[in-house]
Amino acid sequence: MTALTPTCDEDIIEAIRLARSERSSIAVEGQGTKRLMGRPMQAKRVLSMQAMTGITLYEPAELVLSAKSGTPVAEVEATLAARGQMLPFEPMDYRPLLGSSGEPTMGGLTATNLSGPRRIMAGACRDSLIGTRFVNGQGEVIKSGGRVMKNVTGLDLARTMAGSWGTLGVLTEVTYKLLPRPETTLSVVFHGLNDQQAVALMAAAIGSPFEVSGAAHLPVGIDRIAMTLLRLEGFAESLAYRAERLRVLLAPFGRCDIIDQTASTSLWAQIRDVRWFAEPRNEAVWRISVPPSKAPALLAQIAAGRRIRHLLDWGGGLVWIATASTELAGSEVIRQAVRHAKGHALLVRASEGARGTDGTFEPLAPAVLKLSTGLKKSFDPDHVLNPGRMYSGI
Amino acid sequence: MGIAFPVPDQAIVARRDDIIAGLARLLPADGLVTSDDERRAFETDALTAYRKMPLAVALPTTTEQVAAIMAYCHTNGVKVVARGAGTSLAGGAIGQEDAIILGLSKMSKVLDVNFADRTMQVQAGITNLAISDHVMPERFFYAPDPSSQLACTIGGNIGMNSGGAHCLKYGVTTNNILGVRMVLVDGTIVEIGGEAMDAAGYDFLALIVGSEGQLGIVTEATVRILRLAEGARPVLFGFATSEEAGACVAAIIGAGIIPVAMEFMDKLAIEICEAYAKAGYPLDVEALLIIEVEGSDAEMDATLARIVEIAKQHGVATVRESKSAMETAAIWKGRKSAFGATGRIADYICMDGTIPTGQLPLVLRRMDEITKHYGLRVANVFHAGDGNLHPLILYNVNDPEEARKAEEAGNDILKLCVEVGGCLTGEHGVGIEKRDLMRFQFNEADLGQQMRVRSVFDRKWLLNPAKVFPLDGRIAG
Repeated sequence: MTALTPTCDEDIIEAIRLARSERSSIAVEGQGTKRLMGRPMQAKRVLSMQAMTGITLYEPAELVLSAKSGTPVAEVEATLAARGQMLPFEPMDYRPLLGSSGEPTMGGLTATNLSGPRRIMAGACRDSLIGTRFVNGQGEVIKSGGRVMKNVTGLDLARTMAGSWGTLGVLTEVTYKLLPRPETTLSVVFHGLNDQQAVALMAAAIGSPFEVSGAAHLPVGIDRIAMTLLRLEGFAESLAYRAERLRVLLAPFGRCDIIDQTASTSLWAQIRDVRWFAEPRNEAVWRISVPPSKAPALLAQIAAGRRIRHLLDWGGGLVWIATASTELAGSEVIRQAVRHAKGHALLVRASEGARGTDGTFEPLAPAVLKLSTGLKKSFDPDHVLNPGRMYSGI
Repeated sequence: MGIAFPVPDQAIVARRDDIIAGLARLLPADGLVTSDDERRAFETDALTAYRKMPLAVALPTTTEQVAAIMAYCHTNGVKVVARGAGTSLAGGAIGQEDAIILGLSKMSKVLDVNFADRTMQVQAGITNLAISDHVMPERFFYAPDPSSQLACTIGGNIGMNSGGAHCLKYGVTTNNILGVRMVLVDGTIVEIGGEAMDAAGYDFLALIVGSEGQLGIVTEATVRILRLAEGARPVLFGFATSEEAGACVAAIIGAGIIPVAMEFMDKLAIEICEAYAKAGYPLDVEALLIIEVEGSDAEMDATLARIVEIAKQHGVATVRESKSAMETAAIWKGRKSAFGATGRIADYICMDGTIPTGQLPLVLRRMDEITKHYGLRVANVFHAGDGNLHPLILYNVNDPEEARKAEEAGNDILKLCVEVGGCLTGEHGVGIEKRDLMRFQFNEADLGQQMRVRSVFDRKWLLNPAKVFPLDGRIAG
């Protein structure tokens, strides 16, 4: 594969023109930290956006930031932290899980719709994404959305780019709305609950007025004793009050303890990045999204007769599973359980062979697959950009 | 009035009796409206200056009936305009002579409530407020709250990606919908998204929400419901100048405080709303902010103390807290009835541009110049936290010259919004109203990409075809 490092829109347009004339394809990436996720590709060229960097707009009083797609996420987060702000959705870092190196970029974060624990309160990555610029598969520069958070001018192509894995266009610039960084944080922790109890507790907590910004369950196997964690963020006086009210509300689930800011912050970073599944590297890792109340039954069905490790985020709505083999053994069971729970699963870490089958992303219903094929064609008629990265033929 | 409609397809109009007979076979006896008198109720929406008599009005009661109607219309080349309650201010639900109106008002049931997962499944014709009312006994609610929430439907909200006063904290419709059941133009029923917090594959929900009935007919939705805060308290802040009010909003956000709502009203809007709602708005100020905070009493006290401190630094003239539920209701009644109250004193066009909030002082000044240039008056209500403007341009509908001027002033204001980095519409949609201004915000490549996406869903442009995209230069699949 030849590496291309465009420095301007014209370079991208030229690369697309060349690929179309040769009927070849282009793998689009930032610094490649998520290259080991999704279906592997045999593209003739790799287009890396790492040279197109920089924050192009930051208005703290308007809670808005634009950055070129190759800008490292870390640079954006540091810039925001200096002004007491943050990306609302707490993007996870896949490097520990995938064993990859380099810096995750804003384009990569957008293309994979990375949302972390705060998703339950502040929405997903796509919810904060308010504008994009990209080059489509015909080499046209397209803008959609803008820098304002209320905008229904035409079809929302901007948000459609989130989670499209570079198959619709080469992102050149993204615009996000922001939130103030909370003054302080703490976690309330309950011990010794099973999955079912933990999901019930988390539902009661998130369904309370006390603004829980993280709800995760680390079962036995992650630690010696199961921990169910509720995160609170905000002004100090408010936190103490809400923690006390949660203690009273959730007393039927047992006694709770408080984890202070420092320990809580580090624990939630571990949860966000699923650190416990980084090793052993030969375990397959699945990311499963379900209605939270369906998580316990889903886990019971998958765990029957096999050894798995798991943890729950999003109050049970996000299930991480590590299975003993990198091969697809067990994948049919997982797909079936996920279908039954009306969720969807992404095979995050597996051998190239395993990811190369159509088992990486959740299979789509025929009518949705047909729309997806049409959508791809409307952006990229010659299948130049990341063909097959999500689904065969898309 | 200046907005054109496409020339009706005479072949379809000539086949009207035949089409009515075909549709009648697919619907219950009272599900098809064909008489002149009854059809007249559907000839316009809240953009009442424009009227088009539809070919017929279908009022299905099930998704299967919708699918059958769509299949019939697709086969027969009949255009379809979806309609909820007909409250669109942008003309999004106005039909045309060669199209049927597909009204979802009879599909208004709650199908399922799941408090553990904080989701609710509803039919598309349920009103926005009925969703919240249904779960209010358990202290839950559906967050987006457009001013028309008593009448407007969730299907219409999805079509226009509606917002409201409280989206600063809770987001707009697109942030609060998890899934839809939708009938495609050929009658195929698809499920998009579901009850999980994200969906597999492409984000079709992003496209569907705000698509103004051009991609399919949404018949059911899975919405996110949230637990109510322990308490909520609006506070009135009066300022001697709009600039001070604008600077105060920026300083509050800059201090890391996100109130659940921050609403701006100018002097004329204050007078109009106070005369109607008797909410106790101060009449001796040039600009009013309604700032609402949530939480326990102690939390609200603490947050308000911080906000009041900031407001004082920005020269606030009066501060008045709501002391009771009745006062709170009156304060919001005043703001939410701004459009209706204005309608009592004059006809008006309601604009809906969004601007970067830092541009507020400039935009207020320029809007004043624009309306004065046309010899008109404007009342401003404005979602200050998110930059969504609602200038109400007052005019006399019976004076064609003044009506033309009002439309031109509105267009100038929207172009101004785009010029300062904003957009043509924040929450009302493009409809016919802003259709011909789309080229001010988008170039041909941008519009071309949108139209190619539209054509993936509706190759023959049968769905609400007079809307959103300028009538010339359209791209089919």
